[in-house]
Amino acid sequence: MAQKRVNVTIHSQEKLAEGIYSMWLDAPEVAAEAKPGQFIAVYTNDQSKLLPRPISICEADKENGRLRIVYRIAGAGTLEFSQYHAGDKLDIMGPLGNGFTLQNKKAFLIGGGIGIPPMLELAKHLDCEKTAVLGYRDAETFLADEIGKFADVVIASDDGSVGTKGNVIDAIKANGLKADIIYACGPTPMLMGLKKYAAENGIECYISLEEKMACGIGACLGCVCHTKEIDEHANVRNTRICKDGPVFNAEDVELLNTDQQRERITSGHQTEGCKCHTIKIKE
Amino acid sequence: MNTKVTLAGIELKNPVMTCSGTFGSGMEFGESIDLNKLGAVVTKGIANVPWPGNPTPRVTEVYGGMLNAIGLQGPGVDVFMERDIPFLKQYDTKIIANVCGKTKEDYIDVVERLADTDVDMLEINISCPNVKEGGIAFGQKASAAEEITAAVKKVAKQPIIMKLSPNVTDITEMAKAVEAGGADVVSLINTLTAMKIDIHKRTFAIANKTGGMSGPAIKPVAVRMVYQVANAVKIPIIGMGGIMNADDAIEFILAGATAVAIGTGNFVNPETTVNVIKGIEDYMRRYNVQDINELIGAVK
Repeated sequence: MAQKRVNVTIHSQEKLAEGIYSMWLDAPEVAAEAKPGQFIAVYTNDQSKLLPRPISICEADKENGRLRIVYRIAGAGTLEFSQYHAGDKLDIMGPLGNGFTLQNKKAFLIGGGIGIPPMLELAKHLDCEKTAVLGYRDAETFLADEIGKFADVVIASDDGSVGTKGNVIDAIKANGLKADIIYACGPTPMLMGLKKYAAENGIECYISLEEKMACGIGACLGCVCHTKEIDEHANVRNTRICKDGPVFNAEDVELLNTDQQRERITSGHQTEGCKCHTIKIKE
Repeated sequence: MNTKVTLAGIELKNPVMTCSGTFGSGMEFGESIDLNKLGAVVTKGIANVPWPGNPTPRVTEVYGGMLNAIGLQGPGVDVFMERDIPFLKQYDTKIIANVCGKTKEDYIDVVERLADTDVDMLEINISCPNVKEGGIAFGQKASAAEEITAAVKKVAKQPIIMKLSPNVTDITEMAKAVEAGGADVVSLINTLTAMKIDIHKRTFAIANKTGGMSGPAIKPVAVRMVYQVANAVKIPIIGMGGIMNADDAIEFILAGATAVAIGTGNFVNPETTVNVIKGIEDYMRRYNVQDINELIGAVK
């Protein structure tokens, strides 16, 4: 679809937990096209902040033309969003990104922290046996009850106040759960753990990534992730999170810190095997 | 009402183009705007081989602007010729290929490869602050800038635009040097080298530590430099740096730019280029300007 910046009205906003807000937007065109796992770009009204904030879609109510986002205050931009009320206006663009590909297999829907919201829309759409494994910091288990209407819910908390003390993998093990496919969104360390867990257990695993973005439509190459193979569009081992993702098969992407990325770039690994006429990049 | 401008014998339907690196090769923006409306599309930097770019994070926001250190990630000239030129050729707009390299030979390799293609002009990037070798090394010393310009001009079949860095003591010296080297056009400004520190994590906001600053916060610096260069050289200027709307674009034209380019503005709204084109026409109607060329350098 055409990507346009559109002005929309806030239908309602409420605080779900400390620093976590839920906002419904009257955005019929965006809601009509939205798929689980996609995101929208949300612009601040403060003109000194130029770039949109990428926020995942929590729910799309196509019937009433509404879109729901649940976000954490992470800086001045999201702080501004949290101060708006019903009737206030905001610019958004979307839906952006690929979203999850739904499969009819026994599934884990795994969300960590502010990676939990997209699991609600996904739980509504997946018509199969499914367990949502949700990781929280503490007892503020936002969205758990709502996701519970569509899936079995298992909780892990960092401080042990609710569910299994530890992370989502600890909760899976403690409850002796099994699945054939994983859909996940959350902090990178959680996704790294799941990538390893899925590989060890031979489970298909799809992870939703995040990175600092600028354009949101695949042009600026700001938000890239290293890939296992040469990416067809980039012709190097990088893929665009905003356009080709944010959802990837965990097998296809490398979750690396800055130093690990730098090492791969300097060693020539990132261009090894690319299409090139003049010079053999690396024998 | 005439909005056509001419750069080195190439006629553009209007003076509005894109800044290299902010628009890919137009493919992504083609979903949001009609590329036929643009004066020209300036592509992302093209090297002779694929470049992987820098580690992430590569971008961050600052007050009234942003920093980037993408590191010129690109698929290389082969993929550009196979995929991007045929794509752009479908549209009635000029194609300006931005060329980057680490050595003189790299630049020449790309320029030679593009010689017999449908590319209308070449923009030579000697001002990227985010790659260690090449790039900026040619853009901060007048003698080096003149030498690379002359070397490229010798093999280029299309007119060449030299893209200048603002990270110099005197930008007019650089502009005069590339003019002496045979440049047909100059474009300015590239980004300003900058830094942002995350005080909570006590780390650099972008992995490269420094990044190029762009956006409306740098516009006054860019307008000043365009004005200075317009008074120092005879070749035409493409002005850029924080243009967000038609008013900004007209400021650059009045300062002496024949054409203008939109960069960060594309990230703020994918439709910025077409909004600027429309806004320039509105301005011309409002002030009864028959020919946009009357406005170039017309500041009193």
